[in-house]
Amino acid sequence: MTDILVVAESDADVLSSATLEAITAARSLEGTIHVLLFGSSVDADEAAARVGAFGAEELHVAEHELLGDYGPEAWGQALALAIDDMEPDVVVACGTSKGNEVLAQAAARLDLPFVANCIDLPGELADSDDVVLTRVQWGGSLLEEASLSAETRIVSISHHAVEAESIDGPAATTDTFVPELHDTVARSLCVGREMAEAGVTLSTAPIVFGGGRGVGSADAFAPLEELASLMGGRVGCSRAVTNNGWRPHRDQVGQTGTRIAPELYVASGISGAIQHWVGAMASKKILAINTDPEANMVVKSDYFVQGDLHKVLPAVIDEIKSRRG
Amino acid sequence: MRILVCVKRVPAPGAKINITADGQDVDTAHLGFAMSPHEECAVEEAVQLVERFDGEATVLTLGPPEAEEQLRYASSLGVQNAVLLSTDGSAWDPQGTARAIVSAVQSLEAEDGPFDLILFGNESADSGGYQVGVRVAHALGRPIVNAIKGIEPDFDAGTTRVKREIDGGFEIYDLPLPAVLGVKEGLNLPRYPTMKGRLASKKVGVKVIEAAADAGGQGRVRLRQPPAQASTMVKLGDGPEAAPAIVDLFEELGLLK
Ligand SMILES: Cc1cc2nc3c(=O)[nH]c(=O)nc-3n(C[C@H](O)[C@H](O)[C@H](O)COP(=O)(O)OP(=O)(O)OC[C@H]3O[C@@H](n4cnc5c(N)ncnc54)[C@H](O)[C@@H]3O)c2cc1C
Ligand SMILES: Nc1ncnc2c1ncn2[C@@H]1O[C@H](COP(=O)(O)O)[C@@H](O)[C@H]1O
Repeated sequence: MTDILVVAESDADVLSSATLEAITAARSLEGTIHVLLFGSSVDADEAAARVGAFGAEELHVAEHELLGDYGPEAWGQALALAIDDMEPDVVVACGTSKGNEVLAQAAARLDLPFVANCIDLPGELADSDDVVLTRVQWGGSLLEEASLSAETRIVSISHHAVEAESIDGPAATTDTFVPELHDTVARSLCVGREMAEAGVTLSTAPIVFGGGRGVGSADAFAPLEELASLMGGRVGCSRAVTNNGWRPHRDQVGQTGTRIAPELYVASGISGAIQHWVGAMASKKILAINTDPEANMVVKSDYFVQGDLHKVLPAVIDEIKSRRG
Repeated sequence: MRILVCVKRVPAPGAKINITADGQDVDTAHLGFAMSPHEECAVEEAVQLVERFDGEATVLTLGPPEAEEQLRYASSLGVQNAVLLSTDGSAWDPQGTARAIVSAVQSLEAEDGPFDLILFGNESADSGGYQVGVRVAHALGRPIVNAIKGIEPDFDAGTTRVKREIDGGFEIYDLPLPAVLGVKEGLNLPRYPTMKGRLASKKVGVKVIEAAADAGGQGRVRLRQPPAQASTMVKLGDGPEAAPAIVDLFEELGLLK
């Protein structure tokens, strides 16, 4: 019987939805789904009910004083010890920042390969030491079919590649796992947090006004700012803009910036290079404003206005104000 | 104080990434090359730290002889030393890459002393394996934290405070040195090379080490394009006269309350 170990992640004391994506993905493999949860900040009964609903049969709570807050080495060592102890055939996490980090930490300790950001988990993964997996490259612009040969297959599933779907399963049975962690892992424990004020962010805004090199200067972002504040949205930008120092990097959309998924992305003066596009492609609709009808952003958009953004955007502001009276 | 930065030479594609006929690689016939923006920030950080605290920075890459271009770019920004782990240019898997980097670090440290900090990108731009830095750190017995967007070292105390980006804020870590970090773009604003820097970088000696292949358990079968999304672009109009149509669209989508 195949055993699949899903690594859970928590977000301020609650099991994260990324974990439920990983469990959902693991259901495509024939076998028993186990979940490994670190520390005791998440209520175990609640977690057992939640992971059970998505198809997990057993929940193992790893308990140790060094597992109180996140630490890449502490979690990675605990996972490596759990793999030694439980001997799962497959180990899966969601490919979030921490999911990939913990799997890399465990794989390094066990000297096993780790295949990051697969788009699905093929059935053979459960019973073959030699499988081919499809994973994302270039932040999602390209796919790679990668071979994986290992007795224990360690893989992450790309975040949002699979939608978490409940099957209303019964609560998982729960036990505790006490890893013998080495003191040195204490050196990389999180010691505190600095949180920004709550509000809409680039990744949660319903509308994003993105500006690129075509905007021309930091000051020329004023109309985009005004539109964002009129409509409860946010200003985004391309890397050409952050590189010029016109906007801070936290506004950058793309492969090395933020992935956005607004109802509408208004991309003004952005050519739509592939690295920008991968950050914008989850938008429900895209409106491109550009002088160049051949620009990639335009060709891939849902709506297009051809023209100088410096004339179009102020006209849009006037139109909104006149309709509001 | 000594810092090492590991960078990877990758093609810099535009609107689309084309693949060679055999599916083994990105078709680079008409492309320039770069390193990941994360790694550009790692290089910038190393240069800034050397300017602030004195010491020297080294840049290292594993790749074909042409990767010297990325090493010289880093030197043009102010990195003192350059090391090329030379390969035939084929794609190396993360375990193999990490093993070669570890053995190079060990021999560089045996010659000139330990690196206080080793900087990696959070992920490489092309393959994005999210692991080479972690594997190297583990093999060297050093701590590593990824997604770093702030570094405040105290070399006298032998520690560094670092900030990791999380949703809506930062996590703080206090690491003992020597340490390894996986950094992200946004850590700083990389400078452009000056003419003087560019000229000086031409004269920098690149230390070349033949990398011994010791592959791990992940291999490339082939690359392929993701399924194309059907495009249904509708032109709303030209210039400022299109403003009413744009605002109609906002209303239609329920975005104008
Ligand atoms: C590994 C890697 C990662 C990267 N990651 C990112 C990333 O995360 N995000 C990102 O954005 N980029 C990223 N890039 C950079 C990317 O390749 C492009 O260089 C960048 O997106 C270009 O920005 P742009 O579209 O603003 O500029 P350009 O490509 O110069 O486009 C400017 C556009 O503005 C239009 N325009 C000019 N004037 C006007 C006007 N008055 N009115 C209307 N339109 C006008 C032009 O027609 C053109 O289409 C990355 C690159 C690499 C190699
Ligand atoms: N061939 C290479 N040469 C030097 N450094 C590399 C190489 N490949 C990866 N790295 C470093 O390891 C980081 C993580 O790579 P990856 O595990 O492929 O996502 C990159 O951002 C680089 O800093």
